[in-house]
Amino acid sequence: MKYELDARRLLCPMPVIRTQNRVEELAPGDTLEVVCTDPGVVNDIPAWCRINGHRVLETREASGEITLLIEVGEA
Amino acid sequence: MTQQRKAVALISGGLDSLLAAKVMLEQGIHVEGINFFTGFCVEGHTHAIRKKDKAKPKRNNALWSAEQLGIKLHIIDIVEEYKDVLLNPKHGYGANMNPCLDCKIFMVQKALEWAEKKGFDFIITGEVIGQRPMSQRKDTMPVVARESGAQERLLRPLCAKNLSPTLPEREGWVSRDSLYGFSGRNRKPQMALAAEFGFEEYASPAGGCCFLTDEAYSRKLVDLWQGRGNREYEMDDIMLLKVGRHIRPAPHFKLIVSREEGENNFLMGYKKQFIHMYTTSHPGPMVLVDGEPAESDLLLAARIAARYSKGKMAERVTVEIHKPGEEPYSVEVEPLGPTELKDKWMI
Repeated sequence: MKYELDARRLLCPMPVIRTQNRVEELAPGDTLEVVCTDPGVVNDIPAWCRINGHRVLETREASGEITLLIEVGEA
Repeated sequence: MTQQRKAVALISGGLDSLLAAKVMLEQGIHVEGINFFTGFCVEGHTHAIRKKDKAKPKRNNALWSAEQLGIKLHIIDIVEEYKDVLLNPKHGYGANMNPCLDCKIFMVQKALEWAEKKGFDFIITGEVIGQRPMSQRKDTMPVVARESGAQERLLRPLCAKNLSPTLPEREGWVSRDSLYGFSGRNRKPQMALAAEFGFEEYASPAGGCCFLTDEAYSRKLVDLWQGRGNREYEMDDIMLLKVGRHIRPAPHFKLIVSREEGENNFLMGYKKQFIHMYTTSHPGPMVLVDGEPAESDLLLAARIAARYSKGKMAERVTVEIHKPGEEPYSVEVEPLGPTELKDKWMI
């Protein structure tokens, strides 16, 4: 399943926390697209994914918005 | 086969919590990290605001620590619950508005709740006796263990040898002999241990990782409460205290004046919530006005905005004033002179 999360205007670590809490409700293999405006997420969300066993499939930046596509890993 | 015991480690992103977790991993304990976001954390977002900081690599030190350790990290938003800790600290404040002891008790208590929910056996922290004047003293260590409810399930691997044995030690889950007896403000033992573990790079924030230990920040927080006549605050309030010059010409209103482009952009994000103004005849800062200003106050605010613009030496400067939900209007003002801008207004 594909899900979306709007984390715009939130400053780190809030986008990471929102991503974490949303991913907790999802199943392995699900994807979550997170839209953010704080440039800090480019480092923080991938770092969070690496240590918790999830994968960033794609990162896009356009007109001040950063979109990360995350694949949920095994718990 | 003996059961692998599980510990949850409070991870701040600093060296001590990194080492404490590593010491447990070395003893074969399953460790996961927990990190609390109070809203006053110096991490992350503060680096993202100012343009001059943009060139520096931004990273969340707690996430970075967890990655070095190869452990999971759970970041918990405690902004709302933390208000009570800050506003009503049973053990009082430190040198500034820092309720360090109550804060530590609260965090260990939250970690205990998490541990119980997830089936973890004990809690570890990077505390070292004598490291911090308020919360990390020999006499306050038992207070944290007792008042958090963690009791003997709270282990401090870096100074355990200076304290009575805890449950994990007595039960043989961890070897007391392989724990440490650090004390005092001397960082050399930690640096030596870091070298032994192969940690070459680590964060060492001078005043800890909390804005409440910062004198200038605490002053602005107290001013905010005095200005409002109550001590309530929202996330936006405490974020805004980290940004710009704060100027209070009168008790009932204050100005937040951006100092550079990054802050300008950040303050722009609040333009729908606040009265705001900027100079249009000359380049200048974004100015938010907080409080209940009268029309004459806004003229003074406009003169201050002009003072911080490129037109500060000009005879007249045009300032556009926006009130939420109303049509903007322009005023022409004389920039405030250097002697008219009073030191006592600067928060």
